[in-house]
Formats: sequence, structure tokens, C-alpha cells
Amino acid sequence: MLNALLVMIGLAVALGAVLGFASLKFKVEGNPLVEKVDAILPQIQCGQCGFPGCKPYAEAIASGKAAINLCAPGGEAVMKRLADLLGVEPQPLAAEAARPKPKQVALIDEQICIGCTLCFQACPVDAIVGAAKQVHTVLDSECTGCELCLPPCPVDCITMVPVEEGLNGWKWNYPVYPISDDARKDVEVTS
Amino acid sequence: MRTLHPFHGGIHPPEHKSQSTRQGIAAAPLPARLVVPLRQHNGNPARPVVAVGDHVLKGQMIGAPEGFISAAVHAPASGRVMAIEMQPIPHPSGLPDVSVVLEPDGEERWIERQAIDYRAIDPADLRNRLRDAGVVGLGGAVFPSHIKLDASGLETLVINAAECEPYITCDDMLMRERAAEVVQGIAIMQHVMAAREVLIGIEDNKPEAISAMQAACQGSGFEVVTVPTLYPSGSAKQLIKLLTGKEVPSGALAPQVGVQCFNVATAYTIHRAVNHGEPVISRIVTLTGNMEEPRNYEVLIGTPVGELVKVAKPRADTSGYLMGGPMMGLPLTDPGVPVVKATNCIIATSAELFPPPPRAMPCIRCTRCAQACPADLQPQELFWFAKAKNFAKAQEYQLFDCIECGCCNYVCPSHIPLVQFYRFAKSEIHAQERDRKASERARERHEFREFRLEREKQEKAAKHAAKAAQAAASPDGGSGDEAAAKKAAIQAAIDRAKAKKAAVTPQNVDDLPPEAQAKIDEIEERRTHARESAGQAAAVQKSDEGQGAS
Repeated sequence: MLNALLVMIGLAVALGAVLGFASLKFKVEGNPLVEKVDAILPQIQCGQCGFPGCKPYAEAIASGKAAINLCAPGGEAVMKRLADLLGVEPQPLAAEAARPKPKQVALIDEQICIGCTLCFQACPVDAIVGAAKQVHTVLDSECTGCELCLPPCPVDCITMVPVEEGLNGWKWNYPVYPISDDARKDVEVTS
Repeated sequence: MRTLHPFHGGIHPPEHKSQSTRQGIAAAPLPARLVVPLRQHNGNPARPVVAVGDHVLKGQMIGAPEGFISAAVHAPASGRVMAIEMQPIPHPSGLPDVSVVLEPDGEERWIERQAIDYRAIDPADLRNRLRDAGVVGLGGAVFPSHIKLDASGLETLVINAAECEPYITCDDMLMRERAAEVVQGIAIMQHVMAAREVLIGIEDNKPEAISAMQAACQGSGFEVVTVPTLYPSGSAKQLIKLLTGKEVPSGALAPQVGVQCFNVATAYTIHRAVNHGEPVISRIVTLTGNMEEPRNYEVLIGTPVGELVKVAKPRADTSGYLMGGPMMGLPLTDPGVPVVKATNCIIATSAELFPPPPRAMPCIRCTRCAQACPADLQPQELFWFAKAKNFAKAQEYQLFDCIECGCCNYVCPSHIPLVQFYRFAKSEIHAQERDRKASERARERHEFREFRLEREKQEKAAKHAAKAAQAAASPDGGSGDEAAAKKAAIQAAIDRAKAKKAAVTPQNVDDLPPEAQAKIDEIEERRTHARESAGQAAAVQKSDEGQGAS
């Protein structure tokens, strides 16, 4: 009787110690899902989803507080990947996210710029350089095209210019080719 | 006799080679205008080092190599730089690129050419000189050769003279006529890379070239290996397998298995660059297809194709031109594009020679493409995944091992343009990779900005706290002396201002009539009165506020 009790108590203490050690040693910091969602988002940091940046939106998605269809720059592709990751049904893009825009960068008209510093305070990726009463300029290679610098400018000297398709970014089109009449009939029959 | 190790698959399309080998290589006439693109090699385009209006000599560098993977570009003829501008270049996109437009003066004055004693100088130095001579792989991939030469203690150096694509005969004619010079170029490569064995692979449909090369290789220790005519034995990985039995692993480069492979025309340009000091300003181009006088020409880089083809007299029913061979060539949309280092062949097409492909039928999963694929892939699966834009799966099936040789297209009984799908999928994957890198960068910059703002906030807070602590340490209005000195200074300034004001005497008041004086006195009185009442009102308001606050 006593032996059995001791064995049971011993076992409980030993297993408890193992579990306690494991919970300290292998503790997961934060929600790992946030990182995975954040990796899918395009990191434009535009705030069009209603959250102040991609990370806050990722946190909201991971905790189930936001829908997956709010990312405008990511469009359909990002929405589908999020649906895949979270195991939910794809949803049509929200109305304000449904208008796809070409890739663009901001351009400051240096004739008009008064050097007020408001635009680079708004830039989420520090892609505008300048100082008070000095002309500002945009680093093309770092600009994500989020348009957040447009509203603060008091003299409206910033415009968004679409990035021209150069040889470096050129892609082959999806192949389009004529199919034979027989094949077309087959398609009609099966559909 | 060396045992060959056949690669998987391959096809044997009609050769069409004999028509352009009846006559020897001729020099193409000097065109009225040369358009030399600065992007003629893999990697970074060259940086222009001449200005509009400059006079340049034949062989003078007009584009300097930019970065590690790059090569120089030279003036193909002496003349004047007319423009540095966007011009159409041979590229599937049809997009223009920065080019130097030259107007030759016809004098053909060379720069000072200096031969290099390659045995006497450091291999690294020699590689730099080849980069500055614009030496790139002339087999079609135009990868800068100095990078590929950067391997030492090599087991085997493979010289690719297979020239497996139909119609093309430029390497064949080069070997027939200039075998000795090609062999000197190979000797330079062997010296730089310290290769133990040199194998020159030539397809058995070029007996003249084989015998010329065998004669030139006498005593050099290089071995000419005759390989069966089978497309695409001229692809680097396939030729290496064929000659050495070594398979270059997926995603790896040939030197990892102790082999390096160069095109035979590259060996020739290395010889010209090292032993004659001549940069790459011309190459041999086969003009063939629907032409009256198909032949090989030595053509200056930058010669517009539309002007060049006239020497071979294209027939009246010519519908267009192909740059390269019929299997992998590029249909030219603009005859104004220039001959570049990658241009080995120009084929005039006609409806008779190249009938439009029959309309495509659905894939019937016959796997004839898999039997023909020299890279041992499953083209039907790749087609399926590329069509469905399932790029991850396509990569799992080793899409990037596809050499786009077109064997699958050739054998497909449903006439599906398979290679187009692979190209589409590859470029989509590359674009996704670029986007992923850009977003990674944006994330880093955004996170750093957040960190920076937080840090600035903390620094500000710390500063305020320090000030507040200092103020708290000396309770009676800051450290006594300092505050008193400040107050005294302010008081002194106020007094000074008052004295100045008082010192100002009104002007034009010396001889005033009595009425005017009376008026002034009245006004002055009103003024003092107003000042007093204002002072009282302010005092009342102040006391009111004080009560309100308490």
C-alpha cells in the first residue's frame, strides 16, 4: 500500500518536473502564425486595409479579428495564399481593395518642394531623404508606392509615376495559341 | 576510341546545313550605321565611356564592364558616335535598350593592338584582360568567359563544337578555315585553368571540320571526339555527359564535377584577344534559309540585320527572319535590330520552309515528350503545372533544369507549344522571387523605422526626465545664482528699451501754434487715461481668473 503510494507520488513529481522544464525551455514567444501571415503580405505598408502597416494587419488576421480580403496591393494572389495558410475559403476582395494598381513610385517635383519634411515623416519605409528647408527626394529603389506621402504634402508636389517595364523586369506572357476545331468541339461537348 | 555516354532522349530534325557551306567565309560589307547595344552579355550591361560626337577607333572600348558579371563592348569600326540612345535589340520582349550608334568613317583605323604573353602573366590578370576585351560565350548564352575561366586544377576542358541545331554552320566553317587559331585559343584556356584533359566534341555531320581540327591538334594533346548527330548534343550539360559520362547535378555548375565547357568560337575570340590584342568586334554569322546565296559571313557587331541579309539575297517570298536556329531561335519583329555577340545565324523564313504549326490539340498524356527530353524531365507534368500556374509544383519537378531546347515541342503529336509554357513559368517564378526580395527589404526598413521612432521617443523622454530631475533638485526657481542672473539680464533689457523709448522726442513740435499744442495735450491726456484704465481692467481680469482657478 505505502509502496504503491510512494511510486505514484514519485512518478507524479518526476513527470511534473519534466513538463515544467519543457514549458520553460520550449516556450513559444508570441503567435507564430503572425510571422507566417506577415511573410505573405506584400510589405507595402500602405495602410489601405485599415491597419497601420502590414504587421498590425497580420496580427489582426492571426487573431481572427480581420478578414483576409483587405490587402489591395496584394490582390487576389495574396488573398488566396492567406486562405491556403489559414485553411479558410477564399473570399472576393473587399470593394476598396478590388482595384488593382500598376507598380508605382513617388516622384517629388523639386521645383515646387518647399522642404517642409512632412512627406518623409509619413514614409513608412524611410524612402524619402531631405531636411528642413532642403529639397526632398525619393529613393526609387526603396519606394513601395504606398501613397502615404501624398496627403501630408502642403504644396501637392508629389506624383505617383508607374514603373516602366524594363528589360530586367520583363516577363513572358501566358501562352495563347489557336486550338484545333476538333478540340474546340470537345470542349463544347464536355462543358 | 573513346567510349561515349549517350544522354537521354534527343531528336534528329532535318539538317539543312549543306546549303550554307558551299562557299567559304566572306567579310560582310561595312554598313552605313552601326548600332552597338551595351547589353550583349549576361549580367550587368556595360557603362558607356564615350560621348556623342566623339571620334572612336576600331576596337576602342565604348562600354566598360560594370560589376563582376559583365564584359566590355567595343567600337566595331572607326568613326563618330552619333547617339547613345534606346534602340531596338534582339530580345523576345521587343523592348529597346541603350545602344551606341556609330557612323563608320570607312578608314578602319585600329587602336594600338598589343599581344599578351599569356604564359608570363598572372591568370587573374589575364581574366581581367579578357573581360576588357569583351570575351563572352559565343554559343548563344553569352556568359562572360572570364568568370567561367576562374577554375583551376580542372579534370576536363570540353570544347563545344557540336553545333547541333539545323541550318547553323558558323562553327563548322570557323573550324574548317581557322582550325589552327582555334587550337591556339584552346591552349590559352587550358593554360589558365590547368586542365588535365581537353576534349573537342564535334558532330559526325561535319567531316571537314573534324579532319581540319585533327590536323591542327597534332602534338597538342587535345582530343577531337566525333559524336553522333543528335539534337541537342551541343547543349553544355548534354555534351559533358556524352563525352565524360559525368552528369552535372541539378542546380549545380559544371566545375563542381571537374569539367568546364566553352564554345569553339569563344576559343577563337580568346586567341584573337590574347595573341593579337583584338577585342570582340565581329563574329561569324550564317545567313541561310530562304536565300539565293546562303553563306557564312564575318559580320561586325552592330550591323543592322535588315541591311546584312541583302548580301545573301533573300527570296521574294521571305516572310521574316529568325535569329538563331529553328529550334531555339528568336523571330525578329524589327529588321532594324543589330547583330550582337549572340547572333550565330540569321534564317530567312517563308511559308514553304516554315509552315505555321498545326492547331494544337489537348494533351493526350502520350509521354513522347518525356522520351525526347534530353534533361530527363517529365515535360507533360511541367506543362500541366505551368498551365495551372502551380509554380511550386513545377519547381518540384525541376522546371529550372529545362534547357528550352524544344525537343518536346518537336515530337508533340498534339502540337502544344510546350516550351512557351516553361518560359512563362520560369519568368513568373523569377518575378515572384524579385517581389519577395523587395517585400523583405521593405519589411526590414519599416521595422527599422519603427525601432528608430521608438528610440527617438525614449531619448526625448529621457531628456525631459533629466531636466525635470534637475529642476526638482533646486526647489527655489532653479539654482539661485543662475536664475537671479537671468532675471537681472531680462530686467536690464526692459530698462534699456524703456530708456530708448523715453529718449525719442517727437519731431516738428518746435513752433506749434497754440491750438495744435492744446490738441496734442488733449490726446496725451486721453492716452494716459486709457493706459491707466487698461491697467485696472487687466488687474481685475487677473484676479477673476485667479478666483476661477482656485
